[in-house]
Amino acid sequence: MDKNSEKKTFEQSITELEEIAAKLENGNVSLDESLELFERGIKLSQSCRHMLDAAEKKVSVLMTNEDGEIVKEDFTGGEQ
Amino acid sequence: MSLEVKIATVSQINGYVKKILDHNIILNNVWIKGEISNFKRHTSGHLYITLKDEGGVLKAVMFRSAASSLAFDPSDGMKVMARGRISVYEAGGAYQLYIEEMIPDGVGELYIAYEKLKKQLESEGLFDEEHKKEIPRFPSRIGVVTAPTGAAVRDIINVITRRYPAAEIILYPALVQGAGAALSIVRAIEYFNAADCADTLIVGRGGGSIEDLWAFNEEITARAIYASHIPIISAVGHETDFTIADFVADLRAPTPSAAAEIAVPSVLELINRINASHNRVTRAMTARIENGRLTLKRFKMRTPKDRIDEYNLRVDSLVKAAEKSVGMKIMTLKRAFSEQAAKLDALSPLQTLSRGYSIPTRGDGSVIRSADEMKQGMEFTLRLRDGSRECVVK
Repeated sequence: MDKNSEKKTFEQSITELEEIAAKLENGNVSLDESLELFERGIKLSQSCRHMLDAAEKKVSVLMTNEDGEIVKEDFTGGEQ
Repeated sequence: MSLEVKIATVSQINGYVKKILDHNIILNNVWIKGEISNFKRHTSGHLYITLKDEGGVLKAVMFRSAASSLAFDPSDGMKVMARGRISVYEAGGAYQLYIEEMIPDGVGELYIAYEKLKKQLESEGLFDEEHKKEIPRFPSRIGVVTAPTGAAVRDIINVITRRYPAAEIILYPALVQGAGAALSIVRAIEYFNAADCADTLIVGRGGGSIEDLWAFNEEITARAIYASHIPIISAVGHETDFTIADFVADLRAPTPSAAAEIAVPSVLELINRINASHNRVTRAMTARIENGRLTLKRFKMRTPKDRIDEYNLRVDSLVKAAEKSVGMKIMTLKRAFSEQAAKLDALSPLQTLSRGYSIPTRGDGSVIRSADEMKQGMEFTLRLRDGSRECVVK
């Protein structure tokens, strides 16, 4: 995952979602604003779920190749 | 007087000997090595041991509180080093060793080295809380430094993939015991830091003897952990094993599985959290809309159209009221009419006719009221109950 990507991290997303919920519950926002918040909140909850769903388990192992470089390979082991 | 013999009781003598031994500085805190025999673990948790060597035996007891921190299981025939005080068990009339700590012999030197390094690093501030980094709550990549085979790596992978499949696990296969193990661990930590390819590191191995765990007690390992900018969870051996690595690490986990539990959140808990927020958002929005609808309603009441509607309603009800009162009037009239009709009926001549009377009238319909009016030969009409007849006066 790219650190510099525009995509929000899971942590940022769930935090924002919780803030939006609190703001909406507070009720001190205009109808227009709350509609915007609502839309954003639903989008965030979907993307949060998506972030957890989308990732399948990935286990890799670092190996040294012939040139002495460390490369990532799929790890299938754990075997004795 | 000079022949007088001082006679002491058993208790007095035992108490006296105990006092002497207890005040002896050497016997107060002494390391003793020997072989375990007659090992007994009492149900109370206290351990009863006889230490022996070629020349003799020494009774020893290790109370539960001290025994609970033992890092190994003592058994008969095992060579150990025990530290404690020598004192007298007065009821038994025997002196014995009260063991505070005990380690397998042969690791005595390691143990001393461990204590020395621990003190040194502690004084340098390597264990300081302020230096400890926070473990990321939602890591996307977990670096694992351990042996590529065995229970530790399996446990870590199993727990992480079960709890939080969103995280990638990157294993750096390291030597975790024997010659070169410490260096191998150091290289792994340095690699992850240089490549910056993990959010959290788990460094550890499964249980073993103090020699097996030694790589985690070496200075280079400790310093590499300290230098890591990636937060490190240490997971060495069992619950009771404390290595130097544990003290330096940002967080110590009692076992490799526990390290995995700490490293990642549970996806189920997160889904619950997301759902809860989702529900809060929808509930708040529904309430907001309902609220808005009510406001709108109040607002609409003031428009002309609604006033018209309101008037229409009033007109309707007035009409209804009017209809009601007109109906009443008609009813009253009807009742009056039928009363009048009844009266008329009573006065009607037809009633009289039916009783047998008849009315004579002239051709123009006027009633003949006296016999004088009736001349001979005069024609008149006689009206009876059920009809009339033309008649002539004789």
